[in-house]
Amino acid sequence: MRLPAGAPAARIVAFGGYQPANVITNHDLAATIATSDEWIRSRVGITSRRIAGPDESVADMAVAAGGKALAASGLTADGIDLVIVATCTPEVQIPNTSASVAHRLGIRAPGAYDLNAACAGFCYALASASDAVRAGSAHAALVIGAEKLSSWVDWTDRSTAIIFADGAGAAVVTGADAARDAAIGPVVWGSAGEHANKIFISNQSFLFQEGLSVFRWATTALAPVARAACERAGVAPSELAAFVPHQANLRIVEAIARQLGAPDVIVANDIIEAGNTSSASIPLALARMTEKGHLGSGAPVLVLGFGAGLTYAAQVIIMP
Amino acid sequence: MAMTEQEILAGLGEIIDEIAGVPADEVTPGKNFVDDLDIDSLSMVEIAVAAQDRFGVEIPDEELKNLRTVQDVVSYVHRSAVSA
Repeated sequence: MRLPAGAPAARIVAFGGYQPANVITNHDLAATIATSDEWIRSRVGITSRRIAGPDESVADMAVAAGGKALAASGLTADGIDLVIVATCTPEVQIPNTSASVAHRLGIRAPGAYDLNAACAGFCYALASASDAVRAGSAHAALVIGAEKLSSWVDWTDRSTAIIFADGAGAAVVTGADAARDAAIGPVVWGSAGEHANKIFISNQSFLFQEGLSVFRWATTALAPVARAACERAGVAPSELAAFVPHQANLRIVEAIARQLGAPDVIVANDIIEAGNTSSASIPLALARMTEKGHLGSGAPVLVLGFGAGLTYAAQVIIMP
Repeated sequence: MAMTEQEILAGLGEIIDEIAGVPADEVTPGKNFVDDLDIDSLSMVEIAVAAQDRFGVEIPDEELKNLRTVQDVVSYVHRSAVSA
């Protein structure tokens, strides 16, 4: 048996993001449930979020974001041989989202699988794509985080209706020519299955979250994971240009950022106009920050996904 | 090395100042977290975590809803430390 050589390292060459057209503001929500704009802003930090149309699917959003990333990458569809869609809200169990998304993007016969690590999904998928490229299982991968959480939210439950939203973000991953050009650092990933009952979708119907427990876990257990990812990559927190955690809740984002030991780092706050889009939140934030010129080529960024499972994953990446 | 309630109150004042930005001298026993100090449930979790680290007593999430005033926390910490 032979083993392929693979690439010495992996890198991201482009991002793409997609948000549905329908905007729901805090005022819109306050019209039908017992909440207020002020309450939502102070507890979660969101002012508006996007909700997919009734006929707009997870695959539709994944295709939109994936298409943008592919267009920006300089690669053609023929150049992609692996598609991973991180999602915890597919409309059906089978077929998976990734094979259909690949087909719709004109990507011929790539490896294609969906990955469910909830809000840690994008970081898990990025690590998997990086590993595949380095092991020689793929030459170039399209990694997408896409979610339609609105399908699973009880719109009369003010604890979840104000938080969760829809969207997709994507990255194109290829090999790098030399180890020193590595732009996707080693992942630090893990799980806390003893807390499985803290975030779940019950009876195939509604999303449920024990907010205070999750807040406590996120604001105590994750800063060490973030620092470990920096250490494994050999990049000190103070060297980071930005910290882009899953946009779960602005209070969580800020609490972890305070513990990172990098007072000058830009902290992503995309949640303000995106809501919590689970696995889409990190690539959506990265796509938008790139578009707005907040992150230049070569900037080191720490990404940290965390959520239902409970699961978490972090790695340092270098911006394309 | 049991702490007095006064010492606990002083420590709690520093924690609340750091987490919620309320000056320590405004953290007096009778004050209600929500109504008087404008401290919400998320900040209470952060305060409980910091108090756990500082005073060495467990303050589980289920307990937080019973801790409505500054004195409630001081008494809880004092009671838990004494019986530890």
